[in-house]
Amino acid sequence: MMIEVRWHGRGGQGAWTAANLLAMAAAIDGKHVQSFPAFGPERSGAPILAFTRISDEPIDLHSMVYEPDIVIVLDPTLLKNVPVTEGLKKNGLIVVNYEGDTEKLYKMLGIKKGEYRVYTTPATRLALEILKRPITNTAMIGALLKAEKLVSFESIEKALYERFPKPIAEKNLGLIKQAYELAREV
Amino acid sequence: MTEAVKTPHIPLEKQKLLTVNGDEAVAWAAKQSLVDVVAAYPITPQTIIVEKFSEFVANGEVHTEFVPVESEHSAMSACVGAAAAGARAFTATAANGLALMWEILYIAASLRLPIVLAVANRALSAPINIHCDHSDAMGMRDAGWVQLFVENVQEAYDTTIQAFKIAEDERVLLPVAVNLDGFFLSHTLENIHILPDEAVHEFLGGYRKVPKVKVDYFDEEVPLMLNPARPLSFGPLDLYDYYFEHKMHQVEAMKRVPEVVREVNEKWYELTGRKYGDGVLVPYEVEDADVIVTVLGSTGGTVRHIVKKLRREGKKVGMVRIRMFRPFPHKELAEILKNAKVVGVMDRAISFGSYGPSFLEINTALYDYKEKPLLVNYVYGLGGRDAPPELLEKMFHELLSDAEKGFVEKKLRFLGVRE
Repeated sequence: MMIEVRWHGRGGQGAWTAANLLAMAAAIDGKHVQSFPAFGPERSGAPILAFTRISDEPIDLHSMVYEPDIVIVLDPTLLKNVPVTEGLKKNGLIVVNYEGDTEKLYKMLGIKKGEYRVYTTPATRLALEILKRPITNTAMIGALLKAEKLVSFESIEKALYERFPKPIAEKNLGLIKQAYELAREV
Repeated sequence: MTEAVKTPHIPLEKQKLLTVNGDEAVAWAAKQSLVDVVAAYPITPQTIIVEKFSEFVANGEVHTEFVPVESEHSAMSACVGAAAAGARAFTATAANGLALMWEILYIAASLRLPIVLAVANRALSAPINIHCDHSDAMGMRDAGWVQLFVENVQEAYDTTIQAFKIAEDERVLLPVAVNLDGFFLSHTLENIHILPDEAVHEFLGGYRKVPKVKVDYFDEEVPLMLNPARPLSFGPLDLYDYYFEHKMHQVEAMKRVPEVVREVNEKWYELTGRKYGDGVLVPYEVEDADVIVTVLGSTGGTVRHIVKKLRREGKKVGMVRIRMFRPFPHKELAEILKNAKVVGVMDRAISFGSYGPSFLEINTALYDYKEKPLLVNYVYGLGGRDAPPELLEKMFHELLSDAEKGFVEKKLRFLGVRE
């Protein structure tokens, strides 16, 4: 079985890094993985995409993801002008960095209740508290794990320590746990 | 496509799991290959290779002399000098950087210097584009280099190490280019297994060994390298008296490449449990296929994905990934293709005013056969335009319908372009 994840973020929020961390963790779990960015004319703040594929079998595909199983939105301001649910599989999962009125969220997503599974976590607030910067990528991994246990916590921890210096890995691990705790289906 | 082996010398559990992108995988391979000199200049999407390698240098993890040159022309020139002095030399580039190397590429090949070059394939300007196609590689196809194309990140690692072994084999002594698709491989993380350092050292036989030659002004055979103690000249003036004969040496060396590539592929299989077809061609489901598609690089995986799907639907389709483009395996490929009804030849490059480069080769390969398939050229993916599964499936259906009709209306087709 193969799971395809599409990450929506803005340049500088670490969408590609999140896509990579998830892939690294899944590889530690013994899965076959791919993660890659869709490089446009990148600049800080511009909407960007990144992808993760996780599979039990070796992955043949080398093309972008068009029909993801899971969509993760790192920045709620993207909801206004990026069609984040485009191509999302039936009964797919949407994980959004969001804190506020649920009806308003559904309206912004342009979907009906029950159409998809929707999870939120207040990633920006948590990132500002813990990292002192609005970098929401790792928080969203926490929220994802609440909704779908794609990888083990141990493997995410290992991936963080592999990717970041110890103090940064520690903070991000704390952030992931907090975001996991506060994540909920809406 | 790799096949499992029962007992590789280094079983998978003794290999280290890495989750890295194609560029990093190449850097790891170069790190383990006891490279003496790296001279390079950054260009997207190759930059990570040299960035990562310079990290290894800065950390003292390699003994390599790292030369941060001021252009790709200089990068290849420095590699030529280093290799002529007996060093194992490596560099990496892409697109316009490769174009700037052009003059020196010929010199590297003609001087029979076993340099390894990683090319993170990228479209040539203009308009400026950083994404994948093969027009950069095709610009060097006549320069006298061995050209290998890889499908995934694991193969990028494996092939980079193999490239040194192939290049330095005394039957070959030619430079080797390892092509990995920009972004689709260079910037894509995949899980791979790498060997322990010592296993790579042993596979390559340690540091580069320079062949010995007989020169009339020395009593003994001397190593073929620049050495003030035993002076030799490399590439002196060579007019109509001997130039042609020296070119014939290159012609002959190229003929010996396929057997060496096959041997190295087989030795790698014994060592690691991984192999890529016979090293030259990677056929899949071709036995009874009415329609066969040929392809280079990472798209090979997506094509295989579709072949599997169509086979499940009972369609007689197959594919061949061309792993070695130079020297081109005309005979071997023709033998695989000859019984198909239609062959779709995918090219991620075009020779303006003609066809795609591999289409020309395959026409040449099949010309002498009385019974041969119809040929269609699909030019696709220029400037990084994606080749998603749906598009490739559409291509297979077109080819199946051509096979049914028994003739081809349009020989040159552009796949995934706006009409």
